[in-house]
Amino acid sequence: MTNAALKTDLLEVNLGPQHPSTHGVFQMTVVLDGETIVSLKPVLGYLHRNHEQICEDVSYIGCFPYTDRLDYFCAMTNNFGLAVAIEQLGGIEVPERAQYLRVILAELTRLVNHTAVTGFLLNDMGAFGTPLLYAFREREKILDLFEMASGSRMMCNYIRPGGVREDVPDGFVGRAQEIVAAYPRFLDEMETLLTENEIIRQRTQGVGVLPKALAVNAGITGPMLRASGVDYDLRKVDGYGVYPRMRFKVPLGTVGDVYDRYYVRVLEMRESLKILEQALKELPKTGPALSAKGQLIGRSPRTFRPPKGDAYGRIESPKGELGFYLVSDGSPQPYRYHVRAPSFINLTVLEDMCRGQKVADAIIILGSVDIVMGEVDR
Amino acid sequence: MIGVGVLKGMAVTLRQFVGTYPAGRVLLKALHLPEGNGIFTISYPETKQQHAERFRYFPFLVYDATPDNLRCVACRICEQECPPQCIHITMAKDEQNRPLKANGRTFPAQFDIDVSICMSCRICVDVCPFEAIEMDNRHEIATHARGPELLFDKTELLRSAEYFQQIKPTEAAVVNQRLVAKAAKSQPPKPAAASTPPAA
Ligand code: SF4
Ligand code: SF4
Repeated sequence: MTNAALKTDLLEVNLGPQHPSTHGVFQMTVVLDGETIVSLKPVLGYLHRNHEQICEDVSYIGCFPYTDRLDYFCAMTNNFGLAVAIEQLGGIEVPERAQYLRVILAELTRLVNHTAVTGFLLNDMGAFGTPLLYAFREREKILDLFEMASGSRMMCNYIRPGGVREDVPDGFVGRAQEIVAAYPRFLDEMETLLTENEIIRQRTQGVGVLPKALAVNAGITGPMLRASGVDYDLRKVDGYGVYPRMRFKVPLGTVGDVYDRYYVRVLEMRESLKILEQALKELPKTGPALSAKGQLIGRSPRTFRPPKGDAYGRIESPKGELGFYLVSDGSPQPYRYHVRAPSFINLTVLEDMCRGQKVADAIIILGSVDIVMGEVDR
Repeated sequence: MIGVGVLKGMAVTLRQFVGTYPAGRVLLKALHLPEGNGIFTISYPETKQQHAERFRYFPFLVYDATPDNLRCVACRICEQECPPQCIHITMAKDEQNRPLKANGRTFPAQFDIDVSICMSCRICVDVCPFEAIEMDNRHEIATHARGPELLFDKTELLRSAEYFQQIKPTEAAVVNQRLVAKAAKSQPPKPAAASTPPAA
């Protein structure tokens, strides 16, 4: 007897919001025909904290600690994005040493994020705990480095308009170099664990395919877009900071399935290591880490009144294009503050990727999108 | 061949497992395999994590010599700049509403920080013109309730300048330098001040 001959009903199932596999408080309402997904509706807003409105009520410097809490895996890049937007708005210069430090911190953040997301993806596939803890062990070393520089492991509030809050302490560069030198071995190990593993290939190859055209039309950015084979990386396209001086490749996927999204991230980590090696070597030994204007803004945030106008600053965060749109009315607070959150926009194609797949695959497809609810809901 | 990848992966897990035992590390070394990281965790209450010097938790108020010699002048700049608005200050005043002075400075009658709201951002430290507030690294402050226990008042926030020196020697040195420079600038008699215009 075929399935069609059986008289069955569609079944609506709620995945989440209280479920470890949904990466925070995220709910998916899935309509199932047997085990196959007919439709999927994401339900957002459980972690809404009024981020944009709050930031319209504090000074420009006061926004920074809140951006740490957007995507709490990548506090450094969040700070970086907002700093770029404010620098455009207020016409602030960034000294050379600070430019390098920013690139170093941003690439370390990329390592942190991609390592963690790979661990979580494995977790979602049922390899509970073990690979995730290997990933977290490596991540921990980088977080220690962040603590050394900024005083906090995750809520850094470190990159500022005009540079970084204070120069990195002695020994930072040496420690960073040690970590960068040891990282490839961890990546090799991770790849032995995963890349050729038949079970993982079975679970991920051909699952959750995102066609190139759809990815472009939906405004997807970051590793997810590149896994679908679109060569678009803001580090190359915009060439902000000192990225034009760095030699690195942009890894691309071919199929755009879960496996490609995983593998593109691994390759990106290897490219990040190349950037880090160069940046740590070329980092100017002396020079200010914060421009004079940046220092002034840090000391008295309310003296910073950017001219009337607007600015959009964007960077390539580990998750995609992270943009901050600011409108100034000449007062010390932003008149309008908007975040273009890559997690949120990358999530819009979830249903298209999940339709026709099995319900268990929805979890790993979500895992491969790489979302952090702090950024999705804001 | 099907299954080889899985076996290789298991070998990695096995090696990591063996590497968490001291004897296992010797064995791995003998077999010329990478030793791995050994045990990475610490048994918390017995062993404590070594924090970086800059590690920051909640702010405290600095006093010089005696606790009534606060550096804070109750100017309320930090209160205004604190993003989540968790600092509450009132200046000490007499009945005629004139500011009271101690050691030639105004001082706060009340200085509360609601640490259940504070997000350890360090902005108050950056904006304070008198180096009166600094970040503590004492973090074992869990309580059973979140009411008054987590509303730190002036007496709970007070720490000596020596304490600051002790937990953050590098930062304290920079702060002391700035204080000395500032004192030198405000002290000299009038004729000297005329030749050096105040820096912006
Ligand atoms: S801590 Fe500093 S900024 Fe805050 S009231 Fe006291 S002197 Fe003013
Ligand atoms: S650390 Fe930040 S949140 Fe806490 S009291 Fe200071 S300014 Fe406010």
